[in-house]
Amino acid sequence: MEYIPLNFPFLAAALLVGVSFYIMIFKRNLIKLIMGIAILASGVNLFLVSLGYRAGGNAPIYTDVPEGPMVLPVPQALTLTSIVINVAVLALMLTMVIHIYRHTGSLDSEKSRKMKG
Amino acid sequence: MDKLLTHSPILIIVIPLVVAFLTPLIGRAGGKARNVLVVASLAFVEFLVIILARDIYLNGIHIYTLGAASPELTLPGGAMVPIRIILEVDAMSIFMGIIWATVSLTAAIYSISHMASETGQNRFYALLLLMVAGTFGMMFAGDLFNLFVFLEIASISGAALIAFRTRFADAVEGGFKYIVISAVAGLIFLFGVGLLYAQYNSLNIGFLANAMQYSTLDKIALTLFLVALTIKTGMVPLHMWYPDSYTVAPANITAMLVITSHACMYAVFRVCFTLYGITLDPATVGWIVIIIGLLTMFVGVTMAVFQTDVMRFMSYHAISQMGYMWLGVGVGLAVLGNPGALATYGRAAISGGIFHILNHAMYKPLLFMTAGALYHRTSTRDLNKMGGLGHNMKFTLILYIIGTLSIAGIPPLNGFASKFLIYESVYQFNPILAVIAMLVSIITLASFTKAFQSAFTGPQLPEYKDVKEVPKSMLIGMGILAAGIIFTSIFPGLVLERIVYPATDALINQGAYINAIMGGGTP
Amino acid sequence: MLSKIVRTVANQLILFILIFGLYVIAHGHLTPGGGFQGGAVIVSGVVMLLVAFSSQELKKSLRERALSIMESTGALIFIGLAFAGIGIVFFYNFLVGTPIFGGVPATGPGPGDIWTGGFIPLMNLAVGLKVVAGLSAVVLALALFSSGEELEE
Repeated sequence: MEYIPLNFPFLAAALLVGVSFYIMIFKRNLIKLIMGIAILASGVNLFLVSLGYRAGGNAPIYTDVPEGPMVLPVPQALTLTSIVINVAVLALMLTMVIHIYRHTGSLDSEKSRKMKG
Repeated sequence: MDKLLTHSPILIIVIPLVVAFLTPLIGRAGGKARNVLVVASLAFVEFLVIILARDIYLNGIHIYTLGAASPELTLPGGAMVPIRIILEVDAMSIFMGIIWATVSLTAAIYSISHMASETGQNRFYALLLLMVAGTFGMMFAGDLFNLFVFLEIASISGAALIAFRTRFADAVEGGFKYIVISAVAGLIFLFGVGLLYAQYNSLNIGFLANAMQYSTLDKIALTLFLVALTIKTGMVPLHMWYPDSYTVAPANITAMLVITSHACMYAVFRVCFTLYGITLDPATVGWIVIIIGLLTMFVGVTMAVFQTDVMRFMSYHAISQMGYMWLGVGVGLAVLGNPGALATYGRAAISGGIFHILNHAMYKPLLFMTAGALYHRTSTRDLNKMGGLGHNMKFTLILYIIGTLSIAGIPPLNGFASKFLIYESVYQFNPILAVIAMLVSIITLASFTKAFQSAFTGPQLPEYKDVKEVPKSMLIGMGILAAGIIFTSIFPGLVLERIVYPATDALINQGAYINAIMGGGTP
Repeated sequence: MLSKIVRTVANQLILFILIFGLYVIAHGHLTPGGGFQGGAVIVSGVVMLLVAFSSQELKKSLRERALSIMESTGALIFIGLAFAGIGIVFFYNFLVGTPIFGGVPATGPGPGDIWTGGFIPLMNLAVGLKVVAGLSAVVLALALFSSGEELEE
């Protein structure tokens, strides 16, 4: 696959981070804000996994793997931890949005704020 | 006893974690058993912190490697790169650890009667202990990724605790803002960690400090770290979430969250002084830190003057006092490359900032807890509705006066000692900074006097005629902090020499940190 | 609650999903997988049951008390195994060399031996238990919450 440049995963990660910052700044619906954070998490996870790639490498396991170089396993462990943390954060954010909707009846971030100044 | 000392860094982090998982099981046996277990475990953690602190001041840095053949074996078999998770405790880490152990014990004692009428108290204490374990992990971590993981643990449990009283709409909104901001800041921090890993193939702070060349990717990583930790600490211009979240939490949770944002500030110092050290451009980064500190001080106190909600008023003051710490340490960072200036006033500036962390961590939780005491008895936070409570709540009045004199920097209390140290050393760097700092202190005193007059003095209002003093456990909690303030006020020199100066030297001396890891060689 | 065909097929399929999830948990030290991944597979089976039967029906089978005890037990087993080697260092792999799960794998590719890895397979099982209990409680609480009820204490 020589026609895909080697930087392609990093460009995709940067694009995902850029899209998520656009969503978080310009959209007002609370559910869209949560989706923006999920996209930011996907972008950072993609960046971390693609750091370990070595060209032509195999999976870093012993069971029935052919000879040759292996990709680095440490970024995969970092990404796993990050995915678990993001699952917990997203579950907590969704619960709080349900409470906010019950109290104020609207999902718009301008209409459901009570504290100013 | 010796074994307890060797294993104490990991025991301090794991014991709150174990008790947090035991709490739902034991809570089914009754509320009293659970309260006793929580307070006893936090008291044991405080004991471990004190014996570890004594050993560090005598013998130097403590290393703990998880899973090796012996606790100090960082480079097994003659390897060139340290492997395994390493906890490294030096004088600055144990300084923050002493503060956190005391404040969390106080907050747990306070919450026995403050939260006595809520349902779901098992989950409250489990979350509180998780936050304790998470913040201790942040202070003791020896590599960047564990710092990120424990930062996220502390943020998630903190957000759940802020939104604990779900019947109030503004509490849930404050918790939502906290978790959104913490998630974004944590992910930006992780991006920076990934950049550093890509270059040097290691995550250990000591190894990275040794191998650091200040290339372009390292500058980008430093910017990402500073942005992420500035958001988490609540510095201007990224401070909008701070008053909203800290106003609506239960009062002792706010006290603990203040110390958690101090721990994020400790992470900034760790990154700037130990990870990058001399290789970063001290004049530029130092001036950026100083400007952020000045803006924070000024904006914090100006927004605090016209608040009517007592907890929101104190949150803005908390923001403003953190500006003092950044100012002091920023001046020290700016002269890091200049040994003459560092010895003359740089070391004193850093010591002033660190001493101010200690003082702030004693009077700010005390003030928040007195506001919580007012809320507990009158069920309102609005200063316009309160009045004349000094007739009924005499102990709360005395504790509030101690806190006010401390925060305004009135001699002979401890606030004056640390602020004077900052004024003296910052004046030699640039006189305008010291003048602005003194102006902010005067405005602080003015606003606290207004709040005191509004809440406590004046004629007794008819609806507060039979308001009693707060329950005993809340008074014991506040009394511990007040005793600490009075002790530091009477013996400031003792506290400076025993606790603050070793912490300053540990920050400036990057070489000792690196040698403790890279020198822990083959068995 | 969906139609009878969906409910019957879901009742049969949950067994296969459970077996596959346990396979992923138990072989975590040989093939890609482990505690969290296998636990997430099992929870996806629970979500399938939640969609096929309604959340009111599932609340009668998955009681909150049982989930809470299972979660605490998983966490305590994990920390208990980590503490068992405290004589040397916390998290010391004390099962290497003993007949239970101790065995050093041969270098180079080949079919893996499951009796290797020290206490890592046992920790995988503890983490899998905790993840299943925790995530099913989260999913059940969100489903009940949206329809107006609460998961009682």
